[in-house]
Amino acid sequence: MSIEVEDLVKYYGSHKALDSISFKAEPGKILGFLGPNGAGKSTTMKILSGFLPANSGKVLISGYNMVTDSLAARFKIGYLPENNPLYLDMYIPEFLEFTAEIFKIKKKREAVIRVLDMTGLGPMQGKKIGQLSKGYRQRVGLAQALISDPEVLILDEPTSGLDPNQLVDIRNLIRELGRTRTVILSTHIMQEVEILCEQVIIINAGKIVANDSVSNIVSRGQDRIAYRVEFDKPIREEDLLALPEVMEVSALPDIQNGTEGRGYQYALITKSDQRIRENVFDFAVRNQAILLGLKKVESDLSAIFQQLTRNPS
Amino acid sequence: MIAILKKELSTQFGSLSAMIIAILFLVIMGLFLWVYPDSSLLENGYASLQSFFDLAPWAFLFLIPAITMRLFSEEKKNGTLEIILTKPVRDWDLILGKFGSVKVILIFTLIPTLFYYLTLIRLGLPQGNIDHGAVWGSYLGLLMLGLSFASIGIFSSSLSSNPIIAFLLSGALSFFFYSGFESISKLPFLSFMDSTLIDFGIRSHYEGISRGVLDTRDLMYFLSLIGLFLYFTKLNLESRKW
Repeated sequence: MSIEVEDLVKYYGSHKALDSISFKAEPGKILGFLGPNGAGKSTTMKILSGFLPANSGKVLISGYNMVTDSLAARFKIGYLPENNPLYLDMYIPEFLEFTAEIFKIKKKREAVIRVLDMTGLGPMQGKKIGQLSKGYRQRVGLAQALISDPEVLILDEPTSGLDPNQLVDIRNLIRELGRTRTVILSTHIMQEVEILCEQVIIINAGKIVANDSVSNIVSRGQDRIAYRVEFDKPIREEDLLALPEVMEVSALPDIQNGTEGRGYQYALITKSDQRIRENVFDFAVRNQAILLGLKKVESDLSAIFQQLTRNPS
Repeated sequence: MIAILKKELSTQFGSLSAMIIAILFLVIMGLFLWVYPDSSLLENGYASLQSFFDLAPWAFLFLIPAITMRLFSEEKKNGTLEIILTKPVRDWDLILGKFGSVKVILIFTLIPTLFYYLTLIRLGLPQGNIDHGAVWGSYLGLLMLGLSFASIGIFSSSLSSNPIIAFLLSGALSFFFYSGFESISKLPFLSFMDSTLIDFGIRSHYEGISRGVLDTRDLMYFLSLIGLFLYFTKLNLESRKW
């Protein structure tokens, strides 16, 4: 086990930010830490990385206790903090060499070149960190976390604020890293967890509300899937409701319906996604309507996420 | 520790701030000691560097806070403290690395003033007639005084994420430790303990060393003061854990 967390409790003043959080993470499986803003994701990351102590509970990094054996534990981790703070007036290789020295790495130069290659920062070498765009700064943040070739990587919102191309690059890099290491990443983006992670922990208001493999969590939510269909002419809702597996049908507000190039839209809630698309297509053929669009509205995980994290108000 | 020291030096010299501070110090000293007649060494009549060692603490009073103000406050403001403290670095390594960088800048600033000494050796009558012991003692005293201000400055910097506040605070604290105790001792109702109060201040110990008498009590005073404020800094860094 590379990360073991037992019964973490953290108070900020009288506010209970974490309420007995326990979980484990192992190498080769990327663990996603999912939750709405303010749920306690960053607090957990800060405790895991040793920046903040918990009020009670235990963190073991590769067997080292983060409180009593802090230095040894910190040698094992690479940490990318939220908002990626960096020394803006340092040059990229200068900063990376500095981190290499802190980790007492013998072959500094090789280590720096290795992480520059991994993160694709090579062409930017001559620049100061302050001159870089957000995406490249994120790579510098990842590079400093990787310099010691750590067993455990803790990434706090590694992809926030990146453009779509940068997003793909960084995700590929994280996936690559996750093959051999223990990677835990926090995010509030559901798709990211589906794309990257094998295991997911959903946290809300300081409590773990779900801790399971991504495929299990997804199958949990498969009794309620939303589709949006679009036909070229109005359809009777009862006819759609007669389709197998369909539970609810509602016509979407017809603000734009019927105008040039737009069809008539309906939302379908279905029990499963078995043959839904085929059935809808057949339905359109039978009714001599033209199917203009058919789309799953929300990703599976996000529906569960909303279900689990919606605060009763 | 060495890594932190190197990084701080490269930041200070990279941004030229250390250079500017050193040059400023030398310009001020040069003007007062060689140009302005009231304090000029040439008008003094004796081959003595005394006016240099009287003036230098006042210049340090605002130049050293200028060096130390950003050491921790900037890291707090930018959040880089989180990067550095989650690396395998002991709190003491961080503090002593930063302290060491100020020490290097301080020594670097003082070295050119040795020219004053060399000049006065030649100006003495007969040549070389100068109290060497007093000069070297004073240099040691000045270094100790500078390092005391540095540790006060580092502590102040760890208190605030705003460098300006850190600057003002460390200037005020340093001033108080330099001459504040002496001023307080002059209050009539404290006259019964005036010599004790004076001994709390930096100045009496600085003047003690400056006479060329190396009293271990003076040295212990400086080392304790430096250690105390560096320890306060460590406590303050740990306070995030309380």
